[in-house]
Amino acid sequence: MIVPLEHIIILAAVLFGLGLVCTLVWRTNVIMLLIGIEIMLNAAMLVFVGGSARWGMPDGQVFALMIMAMTSAEVSLALALVVYLHRRRNSVDVDEFRELKD
Amino acid sequence: MEAYLFYILAVVTVIGTVMAITEQHPVHAIVYLVTSFFSLAMIFFLLSAPLIAMFEVIIYAGAVMVLFMFVIMMLDLGRPSEASRPFLRRWALPMLLGGIILVSIVTVAVNHISSPDTSRMISINDFSVVLFRKYGVAIEIISMQLLFAVVGALYLGRKRDDR
Repeated sequence: MIVPLEHIIILAAVLFGLGLVCTLVWRTNVIMLLIGIEIMLNAAMLVFVGGSARWGMPDGQVFALMIMAMTSAEVSLALALVVYLHRRRNSVDVDEFRELKD
Repeated sequence: MEAYLFYILAVVTVIGTVMAITEQHPVHAIVYLVTSFFSLAMIFFLLSAPLIAMFEVIIYAGAVMVLFMFVIMMLDLGRPSEASRPFLRRWALPMLLGGIILVSIVTVAVNHISSPDTSRMISINDFSVVLFRKYGVAIEIISMQLLFAVVGALYLGRKRDDR
């Protein structure tokens, strides 16, 4: 273990806070909103990998790999949804999508 | 030596992320985010997770960010629009909420009394044994999940003639 676990958790907390701020601020742009979610998931992965290095168990790395697989599935679906909504409304502004029906 | 490298890479990661979320231009934001993910991959390597570091570069910086870039260019969203720019007052409340969460996590982490270090290096061999013996069912579930994601993306992305 090269650095104390606390420093890794502080770095992950800073990254998570930045991702949260990105998601809350860019509510008008779906792409930036998805980027904020990516940053938060990366912070979660950093905590898992740091814990795995701290206790010498590979389980945390396995969970980081699962987060990665989940993220790739989520991003592919979300971007397909963005393309579909852009085709329908010609916009990526979240405020435009207020109706559930056509 | 490795500890200094960790702190330098941590600063690079945070600066890259800050630049990414404050950038008006979506393509520039993606490029800053790729920088941040590369240094995060290096941090994973320092934390004795070389396989996760490689997957971070291949999947995140390689596939996911290029997918974002592809969608931005396909939908022609690359131009920064002043109309959709967040105002200063819109930054205040999110910064406050994020700051509260950050301060609480940092307080817990600083007051945490760390027990003596019992770690050993994790080789790729250990990782693979745990991945395919202990969590073999989870690998199957991930493969199903990726299949469903492909089917869903194809369904959402098809051309519709009824409009």
